[in-house]
Amino acid sequence: MTTVGKPEVNENKRVDLNVPMRTATGPALETVAMEAVDLNAYYGKFRAVRDVNLSFRDRQITALIGPSGCGKTTLLRTLNRMNDLVQGARAEGEVRFHGQNIFDASVDPVELRRRVGMVFQKPNPFPKTIYQNVAWGARINGMKQDLDGLVEHSLRQAALWDEVKDKLDQSGYSLSGGQQQRLCIARAIAVKPEIILMDEPTSALDPVATLRIEELIQDLKVNYTIIIVTHNMQQAARASDHTVFLNMDSDRAGYVVEAGTTGTLFTRPARQETEDYITGRFG
Amino acid sequence: MLFIAAALSILTTVGIVFELGKEALLFFRSEEASLAEFLSSTQWQPAILDFGIWPLVLATLTTSVAAMVVALPVGLATAIYLSEYATPRVRGTIKPVLEILAGIPTVVYGYFALTFMTPLLRSILGVSVVEIFNTASAGVVVGILIIPLVSSMSEDALHAVPMSLREASYAVGATRLESSLRVVLPAALSGITAAFVVSISRAIGETMVVAIAAGAGPKNFTFGEDRLFGYILNPFVAGETMTGHIVRISGGDLSYNSIDYNSIFAIGLALFVITLTLNVLSRRFVARFREVYE
Amino acid sequence: MTAPGAEAGGRTSDLLRTSSQMRRRQRRGLIARFALLGALMVAVAALVTLIVTILNSSFGLVAVENERSPEDLVASRGYPAGTALGDLTKEDLVAILEAEISTNLGRRFEREQRFFSDRMVFEDLYVLNDLCMTDDPPPACYLRARSHSQVEALVVERVVEPTIVGTWSFFSSVFNRDEVEAYAAEKHPYAELEFRSWLSWDFVVNPQSPEPAIAGIRTALLGSLWVVLITLVFSFPIGVGAAIYLEEYARESRLTAILQTNINNLAGVPSIIYGMLGLAIFVRTLEAITSGSFLGTGGETTANGRTIVSAGLTLGLLILPIIIINAQEAIRAVPGSLRQAGMALGSTRWQTVRSHVLPNALPGILTGTILAVARALGETAPLVVVGASTFITTDPAGPFSKFTVLPIQIYQWTSRPQDEFRNIAAAAILVLLVLLLTLNTAAVILRNKYSRRTA
Repeated sequence: MTTVGKPEVNENKRVDLNVPMRTATGPALETVAMEAVDLNAYYGKFRAVRDVNLSFRDRQITALIGPSGCGKTTLLRTLNRMNDLVQGARAEGEVRFHGQNIFDASVDPVELRRRVGMVFQKPNPFPKTIYQNVAWGARINGMKQDLDGLVEHSLRQAALWDEVKDKLDQSGYSLSGGQQQRLCIARAIAVKPEIILMDEPTSALDPVATLRIEELIQDLKVNYTIIIVTHNMQQAARASDHTVFLNMDSDRAGYVVEAGTTGTLFTRPARQETEDYITGRFG
Repeated sequence: MLFIAAALSILTTVGIVFELGKEALLFFRSEEASLAEFLSSTQWQPAILDFGIWPLVLATLTTSVAAMVVALPVGLATAIYLSEYATPRVRGTIKPVLEILAGIPTVVYGYFALTFMTPLLRSILGVSVVEIFNTASAGVVVGILIIPLVSSMSEDALHAVPMSLREASYAVGATRLESSLRVVLPAALSGITAAFVVSISRAIGETMVVAIAAGAGPKNFTFGEDRLFGYILNPFVAGETMTGHIVRISGGDLSYNSIDYNSIFAIGLALFVITLTLNVLSRRFVARFREVYE
Repeated sequence: MTAPGAEAGGRTSDLLRTSSQMRRRQRRGLIARFALLGALMVAVAALVTLIVTILNSSFGLVAVENERSPEDLVASRGYPAGTALGDLTKEDLVAILEAEISTNLGRRFEREQRFFSDRMVFEDLYVLNDLCMTDDPPPACYLRARSHSQVEALVVERVVEPTIVGTWSFFSSVFNRDEVEAYAAEKHPYAELEFRSWLSWDFVVNPQSPEPAIAGIRTALLGSLWVVLITLVFSFPIGVGAAIYLEEYARESRLTAILQTNINNLAGVPSIIYGMLGLAIFVRTLEAITSGSFLGTGGETTANGRTIVSAGLTLGLLILPIIIINAQEAIRAVPGSLRQAGMALGSTRWQTVRSHVLPNALPGILTGTILAVARALGETAPLVVVGASTFITTDPAGPFSKFTVLPIQIYQWTSRPQDEFRNIAAAAILVLLVLLLTLNTAAVILRNKYSRRTA
């Protein structure tokens, strides 16, 4: 699908296919955790994301960067169908997860979200105890054995255990902002997802808390595929393996300008637009 | 000038407390009645100077409980549906229906109780079980008229729960039901409690439905003699509530300074104290709810 | 840690064929969804049932027994069979009256209102002229002659004298007509079945009557208008004034907080308590004022302070908190920049309020007021306590008259044992609901117009 009279769209597509889609065929397939094919996302008539083709590597960190309003968050929320909850939001194209298009009618969005977890911009713990916050998702998903062990394991993975082990029955709100965000990560981990989507997880935190989360994300990639939206280029450059740069045209629909390994994209960007953005000339 | 206008509201409250208090005091200090009798006797028969408020309170409780049995589940379920499930179009249709329900005068509900609900109950449960005037029918209809109050206050409370909490629960793979009942509902609990408490107050103070459909005569009883479930707590027999009694007595020829006149003010004072307490309580719950989310 | 490929392969089908645990959860969700929807439908069904119940009683078959059959009367004047009473000339109708009612009764009618402007029928013209010279002339001296339809109504009322001996609901009238006819033929052999709309123009303009077939709501309707007028005149300026004070003048202080809490609590006081307050203050303590005797015009001494004024003021107190709260919200919605703009031009606080804040808040204030008036229009309990009259047939003459209002009329009729009163109660409810619906629609239109302008 192409937009008539806009040749640069096709160009984008080609560039986009260039690096990551290399893995889309042949024996490298298993290293792709999720891929988007001709993905478009709309709010009513407004197209927020245009013709995205991307692959996300298994157990790697992919950062989505770009100027604000370019559809990074929309793209992210489309990947686990979180946008189903938004009135008027819909997606066209495909997102393949284990060879299955997640928009198929037979796919259960609840099960999808269990396996593609999410961490939000602002920490949003439930108004429950710390223990309940972590255990709740597992409990509703029918994991009943050894909840205590699961809670401890998840909190340890989120690097929060030592700080909260003595006050598990206190409210999640009693924690500091950074701790709350790590609690939310622990909560996401507890339901054993394969992919964790992170929407600017440190934007509401102070630098010290941000550092801890960034370190945590590095640790997590051993077990999880992580896709992270960030407006902070430093963060993307330091904490990710792959980077996708999105931009928007005058129609405000976001499209992928360039995608590749973080090192390549930040040092030798293929396109002028990318260079302008990462060197701070706009955005 | 403007201050006086605002202060008039204080004056109204003072007026209510003063007038109810004054007449009630006259009642309690009169030879025929006493506070002890008022609070302990199970007979209200002004003709032979028995003034125990319990028969009226009991009937009020019966109608209010029946009302709550209808209004709470229906109102809360409506609120959950509207807040968590409904599309804007459904909301756009249902909200006006609820507003119309809330705007219908209570005397119309009284008519409805007598000409529809009572025959309905009698045809279901049998004419020998359900009397023509009965507290159940009045109570159920009071419940219907309170549904909009419960649902709109509960919906406000549910609506105030931040979207991020819903997203968080969906993100760990919760279904809509699990997210609504186990995350959103507990988070809105104090707001919903406030709605419940205010509805109870409204049910207790409701007048016309019970005056028309519940019965015209206090349900006097004697412990030990009257059967507990066959009569005392039986909602299908007639009973006069506090408000129903005030309306019946004041609707007739009432001479000032009579014991009858004073007695309805004593009942009014009791009614005022009960409903005010409940309303203040509800306001507390709302305030606590606000503290969490604002 | 399994190899990614193996793991992916093992799980591929999961999204498609969800586990039995997942299916159970989804099924539970679906059932709950229907249960919630069902509860919501209960609310909708309640409204529908309520309205159907009322409509069902407002229209239906009635069995009417006439004292004299209209056919006989028509025939007695030499008209062919099948002519309706209304087709007769006024002269013929008057002639029927002459033949059928006593001269004394006829005189009384003629003193109330003449039959013809150019001649007398029952009364002597000289007698009437003499009466017109007295201090208390009968209405016939200044009223125009009776119209054709008025004479016809008189013939029906006094000669035909129809009595309703049985009534049926709309549904049984339409769907069980055979049974109804069989029953009526057996029980009321002399009666005729006819379809009657209890709600009619006559019903709206006729005064109250003990006879349900000819009773109307004119008295109650006028009473409602009077009472609501007093309510509005009392509570609108005070309510808006109080709101302006609280929003524009009051500082954050203990007193303001008390005022605000107090207003909120007043809004939750049961309406019957206001009735008792009205009874104690307006009816009893201020009797000299509310009965109108301080003006010397308290002609109707029987009212004892149970007058339109007392009722209006009582309802005024009742809706005052509602008006204040609504007006406060409307005033709060006016952007602060407007106030600052006004103040910056050197106008005083009051000038700013009057020329900037109030005009912008007015639609909101009016919307709130209309809704409050709708509330007052439907109130019953406090007016019973204040002492609405149970039976008046004369129009209210002014604020110091005895009163009844539409809801009181409905209450009275509903409480009667005879079926026909249920029918007219239902018809009166229809009128009340139409009035309220009109007010609410007006409020909604005002609100929409307002919100569009500020949006």
